[in-house]
Amino acid sequence: MMEFNNTRYKKRKLFNQLAMLLSMATVVIALFFLSWILFTLFSNGFEYLTTSVFTESSPPPGGTGGLSNAIFGSLLMVFFATLIGTPIGILAGTYLAEYGKSGWLAPTTRFINDILLSAPSIVIGLFVYEIAVHQVGHFSGWAGSIALSLIVIPVVVRTTENMMLLVPNALREAAAALGAPYWKVTTIVVYRSAKAGILTGLLLGVARISGETAPLLFTALNNQFWNTDMAKPMASLAVVIYQFALSPYDDWQNLAWAGALIITLFVLGLNILARTVFRQEQVQR
Amino acid sequence: MTTEILQSKIKTNHLDFYYGKFHALKNVNLDIPASKVTAFIGPSGCGKSTLLRTFNRMYELYPKQRVEGKILLDGKDIHDKGQDINLLRAKVGMVFQKPTPFPMSIYDNIAFGVKLYESLSKRDMEERVEWALKKAALWSEVKDKLNQSGSSLSGGQQQRLCIARCVAVKPNVLLLDEPCSALDPISTARVEELIHELKKDYTIVIVTHNMQQAARVSDYTAYMYLGELIEFNNTNDIFIKPSDKRTEDYITGRIS
Amino acid sequence: MSSHHSNMANAGGASALPAKSLFDRQTNTKGSTLSSPQKPKQNMGALLDKLFKGTTMFFASFVLLLLVGIIITLFIGSLPAFKAFGLPFFSSAEWNPVTEEFGALVPIYGTIVTSIIAMCIAVPLSFGIALFITEIAPVWLKRPIGVAVELLAGIPSIIYGMWGLFVFAPIFAEYVQPWMNDNLGELPFLGLLFQGPPMGIGMLTAGFILAIMVIPFTASVMRDVFEVVPPMLKESAYSLGSTKWEVVWNVVLPYTKTGVIGGIMLGLGRALGETMAVTFVIGNSHEIFASLMMPGNTISSAIANEFAESVGELYTSSLTALGLTLFIITFIVLALSKLLLLRLTKQEGKQS
Repeated sequence: MMEFNNTRYKKRKLFNQLAMLLSMATVVIALFFLSWILFTLFSNGFEYLTTSVFTESSPPPGGTGGLSNAIFGSLLMVFFATLIGTPIGILAGTYLAEYGKSGWLAPTTRFINDILLSAPSIVIGLFVYEIAVHQVGHFSGWAGSIALSLIVIPVVVRTTENMMLLVPNALREAAAALGAPYWKVTTIVVYRSAKAGILTGLLLGVARISGETAPLLFTALNNQFWNTDMAKPMASLAVVIYQFALSPYDDWQNLAWAGALIITLFVLGLNILARTVFRQEQVQR
Repeated sequence: MTTEILQSKIKTNHLDFYYGKFHALKNVNLDIPASKVTAFIGPSGCGKSTLLRTFNRMYELYPKQRVEGKILLDGKDIHDKGQDINLLRAKVGMVFQKPTPFPMSIYDNIAFGVKLYESLSKRDMEERVEWALKKAALWSEVKDKLNQSGSSLSGGQQQRLCIARCVAVKPNVLLLDEPCSALDPISTARVEELIHELKKDYTIVIVTHNMQQAARVSDYTAYMYLGELIEFNNTNDIFIKPSDKRTEDYITGRIS
Repeated sequence: MSSHHSNMANAGGASALPAKSLFDRQTNTKGSTLSSPQKPKQNMGALLDKLFKGTTMFFASFVLLLLVGIIITLFIGSLPAFKAFGLPFFSSAEWNPVTEEFGALVPIYGTIVTSIIAMCIAVPLSFGIALFITEIAPVWLKRPIGVAVELLAGIPSIIYGMWGLFVFAPIFAEYVQPWMNDNLGELPFLGLLFQGPPMGIGMLTAGFILAIMVIPFTASVMRDVFEVVPPMLKESAYSLGSTKWEVVWNVVLPYTKTGVIGGIMLGLGRALGETMAVTFVIGNSHEIFASLMMPGNTISSAIANEFAESVGELYTSSLTALGLTLFIITFIVLALSKLLLLRLTKQEGKQS
């Protein structure tokens, strides 16, 4: 029978407790910074959030105004980016899920897609600059939308594929057994089953591109005035915040905080929406 | 041996099946009689489900699975180049082990298969749905909630929904792959009653691991072991005086 | 269609089956009234299937083409710079728009150093968080903490930049940096890293902010791989009398090491490419200093700061060349992380 070494055991126990304490400390640290950031954002943002932020366009330095043109520009560009990116993403994801079991195209696409998912967004901006701005000769809202769509596509591809793969094969077989051609099995049965998950992925993708600044810097550039023409440079909330925050003017900096609050609330709101949509569908099943 | 003159509904000729390199079905020669219930029995892994799934070419959904030999439906080769696979499947219905209601309303579940090949007026469609649900002995239970989701039904009801769905497209063969294995005894009894009713109009092939069920429900039984068809005869003869010792061993429980 | 309908409606007996005539349709060339409407439909079915598959395949290859397009486009854009400076582009610290002399050394240095700082801070913290969520937290606490971590990931990076510049940097400059100067600055060798004017912004700050941004990603991946360790494995260690820490260090970590490394590299990829948070606090200088407290530049912040106003082909091309470099670096890091994570899932498949 082994001798029970008390001191050694005590040391091990102590070390264990230390490790557990450190682990708890890391969580406290993370939560501390999260709260600090959110607190700063909310206190500064709300202080400068007035109705004029939504009704007036961005002012010249030292003037008063709002962010209406930036908000509108962001909404418009995100809308078009989603419009362009969603069908591409869903169809590509469908290929990976339904036809991706053989051949080289599927594994390669999956691999590349995951890399594009985390690629630096500023490089995407450079790419779109070269093809959609340089060639055309001017910045435009369209270029901005294209850049954003290139960021949203990998997100949609990934979630679409994952959600479709979750649909049990028995369901596909049941539809095929009735004589449904494969494309109907996919579009009628599989899409419907995966609907909630795909929607969640889409919402998360939209949340992501709503907060992006870098890809818009040299595609849509910026626009001081109210502009509805996508073929011209377009203001976006993210870029305006960037410009105003780094400026030496107080008015501009205040507006930047208000804008930052708006963007954050929008992004977090979409995140929460995505989570509840998914959970509701699960419960219904 | 039986003196009844039987029409052969499905016939296999030197049928072999491979999962990749694995030889799962070996030289199966079988004649499934029309308008009767035929049961496939045998221990796990003997190939009974595999054999069933060749009849509607379901295995073709998976790249590594393939068939050698001939399968004839009503005398015609189902692998013939001119045979459209979806049309084949519309004529050979299949019910699976676990109920698979589509994520749609009960009404739409039934209408789905019908809509693929027929364009019916709204009234005709409603009639067809009602007819199918009655055939599956489900109508009285769901007639007031046709718009509810298919998955809101109990397990036994869902399986009957799947049977109704199959029946609605008016196939002539029904393939049942262990249809009661996920059901409780009462639902199982209901489904077995249903099979008895349906056999008047359809040729039914049922795979089951439950010998008592095979004895209750089928007219003919095929015993399979390790991918081979060991014995095929009418059910009474198989269970009372099997000709092959291997069949006897299985039936008396020496192997399972 | 109506004749077809009535035929189907008659389906009943085993002999005169409409099915037979459906069947015959393929081989019946005599063309009954039934055969003509059906034949084009079944051909259409097969055609539609091919069309659907082709469409999805086309869009899948779109992703592939996108990658190739990015690399080619950036390469073409960088050619003037490469032609003018050649390979020394990467070792030169010159950055003069007036004389049109550019070198990538300063931004590359900055990108790498800030990322290393970020990872040195983020990895232990992420590990601690993942450990807490999977092994220590009571069940009711697991989800809220997980949600909080994901919230951190969702906050747009520009917010981090603003917070970093307006809130964190002044406090850093007033309290932390003088302390560092006095205490760490005196150390031999390492001290050089921590000497400098307390400006608040600079490489260290940027690395710090990056760390906060990277933590949610790395912590999530680590948590995911920790969670799939088979309970029986851990129980066998516990049953021998191990403490919780010993189980984690000796069983969980080795089991998940591939996934953990994959997660770390994913975080690194993010840190390398991050733009907005860094741009606010890096200071945009074009010199390399020994001290981490001095300002610097990263590839992404250089591009963000200067691209829109860059005049002249060489200037733009140099910035594009920087972009290409960044893309290649992140591509390699991300590809490695993906391969490692793939190996982990294969390994799990074998073991289960």
